[in-house]
Amino acid sequence: MKEVSIQELKNTATQMRMKVIDMIWKAQSGHPGGSLSAADFVTACYFKYMNVDPKDPRWADRDRMVLSKGHVCPIQYACLATVGFFPESDLDTLRKEGSKLQGHPSMTKCPGIDISTGSLGQGLACAAGMALAGKLDQKDYKVYCVVGDGEAQEGEIWEAANTAHKYQLDNLITFVDVNNLQLDGTCDEVMPNGDLGEKFKAFGWEVYYLDGHSMEEIVATLDRCMAAKNGKPKALIGKTVKGKGVSYMEDQVGWHGMAPNDEQYAQAMAELKAQLI
Amino acid sequence: MTELKKIATRDGFGDEIVELGKENPNVLVLDIDIGKSCKTGAFHKALPDQYLNVGIAEQNGAGVAAGLATCGKIPFVVTYAAFGSMRICEMIRQEICYPNLNVKIACSHGGVTPANDGASHQAIEDMGILRTIPNMTVIMPADYNSTRKLVHQAGVTEGPMYLRFTRDAVPQIYGDDVEFTIGKAHQIQDGKDVAIIANGDTVRLAIEAAQVLEGKGLTARVLDMHTIKPLDVEAVTACVNDIEKIITVEDHNILNGLGSAVCEVVAEMGKGIVKRVGIQDRFGESAPYERLLAKNGITVENIVAIAEGMQK
Repeated sequence: MKEVSIQELKNTATQMRMKVIDMIWKAQSGHPGGSLSAADFVTACYFKYMNVDPKDPRWADRDRMVLSKGHVCPIQYACLATVGFFPESDLDTLRKEGSKLQGHPSMTKCPGIDISTGSLGQGLACAAGMALAGKLDQKDYKVYCVVGDGEAQEGEIWEAANTAHKYQLDNLITFVDVNNLQLDGTCDEVMPNGDLGEKFKAFGWEVYYLDGHSMEEIVATLDRCMAAKNGKPKALIGKTVKGKGVSYMEDQVGWHGMAPNDEQYAQAMAELKAQLI
Repeated sequence: MTELKKIATRDGFGDEIVELGKENPNVLVLDIDIGKSCKTGAFHKALPDQYLNVGIAEQNGAGVAAGLATCGKIPFVVTYAAFGSMRICEMIRQEICYPNLNVKIACSHGGVTPANDGASHQAIEDMGILRTIPNMTVIMPADYNSTRKLVHQAGVTEGPMYLRFTRDAVPQIYGDDVEFTIGKAHQIQDGKDVAIIANGDTVRLAIEAAQVLEGKGLTARVLDMHTIKPLDVEAVTACVNDIEKIITVEDHNILNGLGSAVCEVVAEMGKGIVKRVGIQDRFGESAPYERLLAKNGITVENIVAIAEGMQK
């Protein structure tokens, strides 16, 4: 764990958001909405909690990050580049031919990606497998996973929740990004999730509710997760806003998978810049 | 013809996986609640720390295996062929084959061998479906001893693999001293009038057909094409160049399995002729195994008749 202040993390999260907007604008393709809603949690992981070595991306004892909602990989790419897994200039190649930054993350192409995802519902099982390997090998690493609330409609998520409970994977920390938007509308309209925290509780998980954009709450919750070696996998039910940080994208279903034009780009960057302290 | 001793190839898997697990502690069995039926009981007993069971949740099983493989484990996901191919097809594609992870999908109940269970449990499409996924290796051994050899090789060879075994007992063809190589056809005998290329539980039909043909003055080259991907193109090419006439035999739909794979090679050569024996693109039913084969023309008599017809 790194010594870093809440204020620094907040600024870093804003910088990551700027990189997300920049790369999606340059690519004129990608998923800004979900990338921005998961930005604070993913930033906290990479810049405070995760024990990784950019020079040895496959280091066996590293902490892992699995974006089960793989389409929000721009936020992970921004963090990986900033931490030093690859040059920042590579961010300009997002979704371009020959790029390590595929539209959805590829572990064989991009250093720092721990599993290829993109087809929803599958990442949590993979994360559980990594956490299970850690238990079998008596290693101390943690596995962080980001699951979307829309994605939680996939049955495999709950199969994996069972497995994590059975094998007492308290080294598995799952952030459920509850922005209540999915591609066709709100989750409440498309397929109401109910209380996802209660569902994870019923599967034997330790559940924390938090404001997914409050760095104070994210850090406080992750600190509690680190301390709780109690055999229970952890679910962080983070209330979030899709498109968080860019006014015209916030809570707008249309910004799930659309790139900003030049004017929108300038506005988004100006708004984010103003959030830096 | 001497009656050969019969044993299901799922038993060959069950016996060999124990040896593999003892050799390498990273070899894991990941059961999906049908371990008893897929013969992982001995492994569970001998190596409990290398044994996992994720319950009736195949999709999750594939994902967990992928995660384990990223950490250096060699998980064998064990289930029935129908579920281990089709139920988890997309998980195999996305989380195992696309990242090229070292996961083995090891399935009992291949083809129509789960005869009495009916169509739901008879996997006639599996090898064809998985053959189309990049990075995947697809194998069906013919008997107990070749199963042990090929399972062992799978365990010490990197990459995603699908291994398919029989539920029912099939005759023992090979001694335990015969060697097999993944991706290389095993030639059982040579001949000059027809080449019979078979795999899995139909190899014994190919051998018997060759014996009947010999009585009629015709000689057959018999190949056990246990690996349909990567296909031994060299062996198929040699059949065309040496003999021209090929019969493929498989306990699988005639679409996209061994016969199709052979046809792909032969068509591009622009010479040679292939006749396919296999499931006639229709679902099975609860019935004796031999009856199910016979209803689809997967018989010694039919292979012989086709071979004779090709001589005209």
